[in-house]
Amino acid sequence: MSALTREETEALIKEVLEVYPEKAQKDRAKHLAVNDHSEEQSKKCITSNRKSLPGVMTIRGCAYAGSKGVVWGPIKDMIHISHGPVGCGQYSRAGRRNYYVGVTGVNTFGTMNFTSDFQEKDIVFGGDKKLAKIINEIEGLFPLHKGISVQSECPIGLIGDDIEAVSKKGAAELNKPVVPVRCEGFRGVSQSLGHHIANDAIRDWVFSRDGKDVKQEFVPGPYDVSIIGDYNIGGDAWSSRILLEEMGLRVVAQWSGDGTLAEIELTPKVKLNLIHCYRSMNYIARHMEEKYSIPWIEYNFFGPTKIAESLRAIAAHFDDKIKAGAEAVIAKYQPMVDAVIAKYRTRLEGKRVMLYVGGLRPRHVIGSYEDLGMEVVGTGYEFGHNDDYDRTIKEMGNATLLYDDVTGFEFEEFVKKVKPDLIGSGIKEKYIFQKMGVPFRQMHSWDYSGPYHGYDGFAIFARDMDMTINNPCWKILTPPWQKKPEAEAIAQAA
Amino acid sequence: MARLRQCAIYGKGGIGKSTTTQNLVAGLAEAGKKVMIVGCDPKADSTRLILHAKAQNSIMEMAANAGSVEDLELEDVLKVGYRDIKCVESGGPEPGVGCAGRGVITAINFLEEEGAYEEDLDFVFYDVLGDVVCGGFAMPIRENKAQEIYIVCSGEMMAMYAANNIAKGIVKYANSGGVRLAGLICNSRNTAREDELIMELARQLGTTMIHFVPRDNVVQRAEIRRMTVIEYEPAAKQAQEYRDLARKIVENKNFVIPTPITMDELEKLLMDFGVMEEEDESIVGKTAAEEAVAVA
Repeated sequence: MSALTREETEALIKEVLEVYPEKAQKDRAKHLAVNDHSEEQSKKCITSNRKSLPGVMTIRGCAYAGSKGVVWGPIKDMIHISHGPVGCGQYSRAGRRNYYVGVTGVNTFGTMNFTSDFQEKDIVFGGDKKLAKIINEIEGLFPLHKGISVQSECPIGLIGDDIEAVSKKGAAELNKPVVPVRCEGFRGVSQSLGHHIANDAIRDWVFSRDGKDVKQEFVPGPYDVSIIGDYNIGGDAWSSRILLEEMGLRVVAQWSGDGTLAEIELTPKVKLNLIHCYRSMNYIARHMEEKYSIPWIEYNFFGPTKIAESLRAIAAHFDDKIKAGAEAVIAKYQPMVDAVIAKYRTRLEGKRVMLYVGGLRPRHVIGSYEDLGMEVVGTGYEFGHNDDYDRTIKEMGNATLLYDDVTGFEFEEFVKKVKPDLIGSGIKEKYIFQKMGVPFRQMHSWDYSGPYHGYDGFAIFARDMDMTINNPCWKILTPPWQKKPEAEAIAQAA
Repeated sequence: MARLRQCAIYGKGGIGKSTTTQNLVAGLAEAGKKVMIVGCDPKADSTRLILHAKAQNSIMEMAANAGSVEDLELEDVLKVGYRDIKCVESGGPEPGVGCAGRGVITAINFLEEEGAYEEDLDFVFYDVLGDVVCGGFAMPIRENKAQEIYIVCSGEMMAMYAANNIAKGIVKYANSGGVRLAGLICNSRNTAREDELIMELARQLGTTMIHFVPRDNVVQRAEIRRMTVIEYEPAAKQAQEYRDLARKIVENKNFVIPTPITMDELEKLLMDFGVMEEEDESIVGKTAAEEAVAVA
C-alpha cells in the first residue's frame, strides 16, 4: 500500500478529531500534524510539552519516573532511595533493562529497590527522621556504596520534609555524596521535568559539594569524551563505547547506563560531551558548556548510515589520527553491515512503520529502518518538547504523521487507516495492536532483546524486526470458524 | 436516646475556642447530657480542663508509637473525665514538620471505624485548629460529621474577619452536605459595644449571636488548676454564663446556610462601630518622610 498523500493525512487527522468534544478537539488538534519539510520550526505546526487531557489514556510517566527511572537509577554504585510510599519504587524496579557489570547488593545496586516505605505516621509526623535512619542503615548494610540519592515521591513535597538538610547531614557523616532530588511526581506535565530536575541535582550536588567544585585525582587526555544519555538498555552503551574506543577516543564516563559516581564526577574534565538522548540530558551538557567550556554534540548510533555520519562528526572535533580512526572503524564494520543488509533487506524492503516512543527514539531509530529499506510513516513523542520536533521534521518523509502525547483512541484510529506493517511503541500498546493483528516491537525495552546501538546492535535490530514482521503467526490469526467458506456454510445452515 | 448532635467549634486562633468548648461541655454534662470532645489540633489542649491533664495522649502520637493506627484500640485513646465526658485528641506533629491535616483525617476515620460514635452519646464537639489551612481541618464538617458549626469570635477586627471567612467555608460544605452555621459565640474582649457589634455581624451572616460570654478572671483561675469554671467554682457568675450557653445550644434550632459578607461590608460594619477608622486614600503608600514633606 502506498503512503498517504498530504490531503489524505490531513483528512485522517480531521476525521479522528471529530469524535472529541469541542474543547478536547481544539486541544488535540494542536498536537497532531502532517510533516512538512518546508517548516524550519516545529512550533508552527505542532504543540508539545503540555498537560495531557484527562480521559485520553496518555502513556506519559511522572517526574519521579524521569529522575529515578531514567537519569539516576542506572548509576550503579549509588543507592537510590525511593522516598515515600512503597509502590513507586517497587512497581518500577528493574523494569528498564539498564544492564550493568557488578555484584548486585555488594558494589552495585541497580536492580534493587530501596524505599522509605512511608506509613500514615510518616505523613503526619514527617519522614525526615526515617530518612536519616535509612541513610545510616545503608552505610552499615552496604558499605561499598559510593553515595545515595533521595528520589522524592509525591508526599515529600506535600508535607514539606526538609530532605536537603537531612542529606547534607548524612553526607557529612558518611563522607559520601547524599543527593536530595525534588522529583515529586505531581510536578510538571510528564517525566520530562524529572529529567531536568535530576540534571540540576547532579549539577548542584555532585559536580559541586557545599558550593565547591569536587576535586579529583585525574590526568586528562587529549581524546577524552563522555557518553551522555545512553542508559545501556540491553547493553546499548557497550556496543556504542567500543566504536568510540576503536577510533582512538577515551570514554571517561557513561551517563548513566552502567555508569558510576566517579565517572559522573570526572565528566567536567573531558574534551567533548557526546549526547545521545538529548531530551533527558541536554541540560547538563549545556551546563558543562557554560561552566567548563566543554562543547557537546548530538550523535545517533542507530543504523550504519547514522553511525557513520556520527563517527565522522565526532572525529571532526579531534585531530587527523581520530579522523583516520573513524574511517577505519567504518571500513572495518562495512562487510558486517553489507551482510546484514543482504540478509534482511529483501525481507523488509518497503515495509512501513509507525513509532510512538519517548526520549530520542521517535527520530533516532528512523535511520535504522531506512537502512533496511523500510519507511517510517508516523512518529510521535510521549514527552518531547518542540526542540525534539524541530529535529524530527527533516528525518521524516513529507506528509507523514506527527502525533504528540498521542491518545489511545488516536493511535488506534491512525493505525487502522495507515495500516503499517510494524508498530514500535511500549508495553501498554503492545497487546492492543497485536490483537488487532499488527506486528509490534517494544521500542522502550527492545522487547527483552538488544542492544540496538552501534554496528553490533544493528545486526540484532534487523533480526528482531524481521522475526516480528515476517513471523508466520500473523497469517494464522483468523480462527477456522471465521474463515469465509465455513462462515458461509453456517449462515446457510441457519 | 435522642439523635446524636455533632457540633464543630471554629474561630480565630487564640480566641478561646478550647476554653469555651470545655466549659460549655461541662455545662452540658452537668445537665445530664452525654458528651464527647474530639480535639482536632496538633497542640492537643482541647481536653485538659476536663481530664485535669497537661495534654492527653493523642491518637496520632500513640499510632506512631504502636506502629500504625490499626494497632490501636478505642479504649487506648478514649479517656473519660469530669462527669463522664469522653475525650479524644487527634494530635499531630510539632510545628513545621509533617502534615497535621492528614493527622485529623486519620484520627477521625479511626474513631468512626472503631465505633466511637455508636456509644450512647447526645453530643460530639470538635474543637478545631484556628485556621482552616487545608482540607484536613475541614474534615469535621464533611458529610456525616458535624452538622452544626459555632464560631467563637470577639469584637476585634481580625476575629470578625476570621468568622466571616469560616462562614465562607461553611457555604462550600453546606452545598455539598448538610452542615449549617448554628450561631456566633461572643467571647468578650471588653471592647466597646461588643455585643451589639457581634449581633449585627451575626445578623448580616444570617445567624444569631447565641450567647455573649463576658470576660471574667475566674476562667483563668480555673484554667491554672486545669479545671472548668463549672467544676472549680460552680457558684461563680461565670459558671452560670456557660450553663446558659449550654442550654441555648441544647435548645438551638436556628441552623442556616450563612450569607458571608464582602470585605467592604465588613469594613463598613467596623467603621460604623468605631472599631476601624475611615480609610484616607490619600495616605496609602506614603512613607513617613513623604508625609512630613506634604505637611510642610
